[in-house]
Amino acid sequence: MKQFSNTYIFVFSLIMVTIVAVLLSFVATQLKPLQQMNLEIEKKQDILRSVGKAEKVAEASDKKSYIVEEFGKYITESYVVDFYGAEVEADAFEVTLNIKVEVDKEREERKYPVFIYAEDGDKKYVVPVRGKGLWGPIWGYVSFNSDMNTINGAVFDHKSETPGLGSEINTGWFQEPFTGKTIFDESGEFVSIEVVKGGANPADPHGVDAISGGTITSKGLEEMLSDCLSGYVNHFRKVAE
Amino acid sequence: MSSEKEPLFSTKNLKLLTEPLGQSNPITVQVLGVCSALAVTVKLKPSIVLALSVVVVMAVSNVAISLLRKMVPPRIRIIVQLVVIATMVILVDQVLKAYAYDVSKQLSVFVGLIITNCIIMGRLEAFALANKPWPSFLDGLGNAAGYGVILIIVAFFRELLGSGTLLEYQVIPQAFYDAGYENNGMMILPPMALIVVGIIIWIQRSRRKDLIENN
Repeated sequence: MKQFSNTYIFVFSLIMVTIVAVLLSFVATQLKPLQQMNLEIEKKQDILRSVGKAEKVAEASDKKSYIVEEFGKYITESYVVDFYGAEVEADAFEVTLNIKVEVDKEREERKYPVFIYAEDGDKKYVVPVRGKGLWGPIWGYVSFNSDMNTINGAVFDHKSETPGLGSEINTGWFQEPFTGKTIFDESGEFVSIEVVKGGANPADPHGVDAISGGTITSKGLEEMLSDCLSGYVNHFRKVAE
Repeated sequence: MSSEKEPLFSTKNLKLLTEPLGQSNPITVQVLGVCSALAVTVKLKPSIVLALSVVVVMAVSNVAISLLRKMVPPRIRIIVQLVVIATMVILVDQVLKAYAYDVSKQLSVFVGLIITNCIIMGRLEAFALANKPWPSFLDGLGNAAGYGVILIIVAFFRELLGSGTLLEYQVIPQAFYDAGYENNGMMILPPMALIVVGIIIWIQRSRRKDLIENN
């Protein structure tokens, strides 16, 4: 077998990694806009799903334009508030896209986007949430009825939760029980939603079933809800009045 | 490759392409790459996409390594192979994210795991390092196709029996369900993929006795 000097090996490796690095960064920058658009479409779709819209997405021949059209039709208003409920100058969708940045801040310093869904005079308020699961980030969208207390629908998703266990948070059986639950108790105190191990009492207005075998994901989801929703409390009280 | 003129599709070359589909199939005979075969075969669509991705990654890496084979210092050849495969996989992943976002979400980690698919490293090490680009290309194509075919067969049965659909289209008529037929929930779980692969191996060996080990 031919012998190669150490210098040759070093030079060979250097050239190889340089070529690979240039190639990959070129492709990554070229495809970035398309990938970004896919992410935006997905977020819009999730927001629509939390109010029970975009149900025909599987039948739509052009998914992108279908979602954009539905989003423009139903999400009539959006704004951003701060922790104290005062409106802030910012684009709600832009903030939602970078929600990770917000969640990393102190609760008092975050920006809180709100999307308003309107159909036949009925208004629903959608807010994004984001937190930590077992292996990576989890996120979702929760929509509230106009009493700013009762959950109308919730959609969750995750990056890398355990398939069949924690990953179940993005399925219907886990999300549907959120509908009709309330986040304030009778005296108006914020209690968020509890994810109950072993199954919640269906009459409990603040509890839903946890996932067996997905305890850390379930707990992470509970924490995410109380962490993110508590920041909206001041704003919700204002709107409900 | 100029001195001996060999037709592009000589019998020897064709064999490279067809053998891995049957008698030296990477999954059923060499039992390589089973892990991903278990994980992604619940539905037909992700299986087809993964199969195509593996075909691309494997054919291109095989050719690349074959072109480099005289330049690659043997002492770092495994690293070089890994770099080539990883580059290809990242490219495929990026393209999927841009053009087939939903599928790339379903495949999630398995596109990245193509890197660790032992079939690819195996072919680079055993074949591409010692052969010319064209045969290497055919060998890569053949082995990836052999892998993909099994993936698609398994996914076909799992989706049909587990969800009653094929490529998301309902194929089992509603009348069956009304008459008491139910989707087999077991088919959706990974163990059934192993059993389906086992059945394929069984059928193949019962027809080709020479594949049966004598111990």
